[in-house]
Amino acid sequence: MNHTPPTIRGEPVEPLLQLSGISKSFGGLNALSDVNLHIRRGEIYGLIGPNGAGKTTLFNVITGLYQASAGQFEFNGHRYQTGKPHVLAQAGIARTFQNIRLFANLSALENVMIGRHVRTRAGVFGALLRNRKTRAEEQAISQRAQELLRYVGLARSAHTLAKHLSYGEQRRLEIARALATEPLLLALDEPAAGMNATETASLQTLLQSIRETGITVLLIEHDVKLVMGLCDRVAVLDYGKKIAEDVPHKVRNHPAVIAAYLGVGDD
Amino acid sequence: MQNALKNPRLLLWLMFAALVLLPFITDALLGRGWVRIVDFAMLYIMLALGLNIVVGYAGLLDLGYIAFFAVGAYCYALTGSPHLALAFPTLFPDGIHLSFLIVLPLAALLAGGFGVLLGAPTLRLRGDYLAIVTLGFGEIIRIFLNNLNAPLNLTNGPQGISRIDPISVAGVSLNSTQNILGITLPSVHLYFYLFLACTALVVLISHRLERSRIGRAWMAIREDEIAATAMGINTRNLKLLAFAMGAMFGGMSGALFAGFQGFVSPESFSLMESVMVLCMVVLGGMGNITGVILGGIVLALLPEILRHSVVPIQQSLFGKTLIDPESLRMLLFGFALIVVMLYRPAGLWPSRLRRRELQTDEAAETI
Repeated sequence: MNHTPPTIRGEPVEPLLQLSGISKSFGGLNALSDVNLHIRRGEIYGLIGPNGAGKTTLFNVITGLYQASAGQFEFNGHRYQTGKPHVLAQAGIARTFQNIRLFANLSALENVMIGRHVRTRAGVFGALLRNRKTRAEEQAISQRAQELLRYVGLARSAHTLAKHLSYGEQRRLEIARALATEPLLLALDEPAAGMNATETASLQTLLQSIRETGITVLLIEHDVKLVMGLCDRVAVLDYGKKIAEDVPHKVRNHPAVIAAYLGVGDD
Repeated sequence: MQNALKNPRLLLWLMFAALVLLPFITDALLGRGWVRIVDFAMLYIMLALGLNIVVGYAGLLDLGYIAFFAVGAYCYALTGSPHLALAFPTLFPDGIHLSFLIVLPLAALLAGGFGVLLGAPTLRLRGDYLAIVTLGFGEIIRIFLNNLNAPLNLTNGPQGISRIDPISVAGVSLNSTQNILGITLPSVHLYFYLFLACTALVVLISHRLERSRIGRAWMAIREDEIAATAMGINTRNLKLLAFAMGAMFGGMSGALFAGFQGFVSPESFSLMESVMVLCMVVLGGMGNITGVILGGIVLALLPEILRHSVVPIQQSLFGKTLIDPESLRMLLFGFALIVVMLYRPAGLWPSRLRRRELQTDEAAETI
C-alpha cells in the first residue's frame, strides 16, 4: 500500500474530496462497503466498473442524494454530512444526471439561470422591492448564464425550451447548468451515454477545457476509450468495493480489474 | 388603435381608466346587485392568484386552499365583532375591534403561519398524495370552525359570527354611501376600489416573484425536485415559502370577505370552494397571472349569470322551472372543464412558455 500523501510537483496537496470507509446499504443489500477514495484538485478522476458495481450509488452519495450508512466525507477541508444535496452544492459539488434531468418546460437560459441560485442572494423582499441591488444581481445572473450557454455552444438556443433541444444539446445544457453553480468539483454521470462519435469527441474537448479552468472533474463512464483518454486517475468498483485505483494504463492491466470485467478462469 | 395596443404604458392607463369606471358602468347597465357580484369576483381573483403561487409556480397541488381564506375571514370576524365577549367576558367585554389596517396584515400573517403548518408535514409528498393531505387539512379547519362553540364558544359553531364591523379606511366607513369630490359613491363601489387596490397589490407581488430568483427556484422544484436540490436549492424552505405566500393572499382575501359580508360561517369554506379556486387556476392557465385572472372572472361570474338567466328562460319556454340553476351550474362546470382540457390543455390563456411549448410541439408534428 502506498501511504505517501498525494503530491503535485513534489509538494503535498490536501485532496479536494476524501471519502473514508463509506458504506451504503439498501435493506440487506450492501451497495457500497468501506470505500476509500480521494480526488485531487484539478484532476479528472474516472469511476468505472461493471453494471451494478455501485458506481451510481457512490456518485449519489458524493453528490448528497443518498445518505451514507457509515463513513466520513470531507470536501475542500470541511467535514460534511451526506444526504443533503443543496448543502453540498453550496460547498461546491455540481452534478449532471445519467438520465438527463433538465427543467424541461423552461428555456435553456432559465435552466442555467437556476444554476446561479446557489451563488446569489436575493430573497422575497429583494424580489418585491426590486431595488438596485436585486436588479444588478438579476442582470449578472442572466449575463453569466448567457456566457455559459455560449461556452457550451448553445448560445443560439437560449430561448428554446430544454425539452426541445437535441439529445447532445441537452447533455451540454446540463453541464452548463452545473457550471453555473461555480463548482469546485463537477461530477458527471455517464455524460457520453447515447452519444455518437462526433458528439463524444466534442464532449471530450469540452471536458478538457473545463479542467483547464481549474475545475476538478469526476466522471462515471462506460465508454472506456473516453475514460482512458481523458482521466488522470481511474478507480474501479466491483460489488460495492474499490478494487483498483491508479493511472489508466495501469488500471487496464490490473488483474482484479480484468477478473471483474472478464471473469476468472476455472484453473 | 394598433398603436395604442403596442404601447404598453398607454394600454395600462386605458385599463386603469376602464377599471375605475367599471362599477359605475356595471351599476348603470346591470344594477347595483351586479357591482356586488363584481366585488366577489375580485375576492376570487385574489384567491386564485394566491393558489397560483402554490400550484402554478411551485407545482404543489393544494386541494384545501380555502382553509386559508377561512383563517383570514375568522381572524377578521373575531377581532372585528362583539363575539369574543361571549367567550372571554372579562377580558374583552365588547370584543376587540381592531383597525382594519392592523387586521388585514394580521390575517395575512396568521394564514401564512397556517400555510407553514400545512406545509411542514407534507414536504416529502407530491402530486396525488399531497392533494389528499391538503384536502384533509381544509376539512379539518372547516370542522374545527364548525365545532369550536363548546366548551368555549370561540367560533359560534355552524351559526357563524355576525355583526362584524364593516371595513373602514382612514376613518371612512365603507358600509355607507360617501360623497367624494362631488361624486356619490355607494358602499359597493367603495368596496370595489378597496378590493381593486388589494388585487393590484397581489398582482404586483405575483408578477415580481415570478421573475425573480425565488420564482425561478419554485419553477425548478415544479419541473424536477431532485435536479433542483442538486442545483443547491433548499427545497424545504422554498416549498414552505410558497405555501406561506399563497396562504397570505388567501388570508387577506378572507379578511376582506368577512368585512364585506358582515357575517361568516363554516358553510362558506367547503371543499367545493377549494375546487372552484383550483378550477380558476387550471382553467385560466396555470402559472400565468393574466390567465388566472381571466379564469377567476369567468368562474366567479358564470354562476351569477346562470342564476339570473336560467329561471326566466325556462319560465318563458316551459312555463315552469325544470332544472334549478344550482345543479345546472355544476353540469356546465364539468362540461367546461372537459372542453378546456380537450381543446386548450394549457388553459384559456396559457403562460408564455406553455404557449411556445405547444406551438413548437405542433410544428414538430407537422414536420
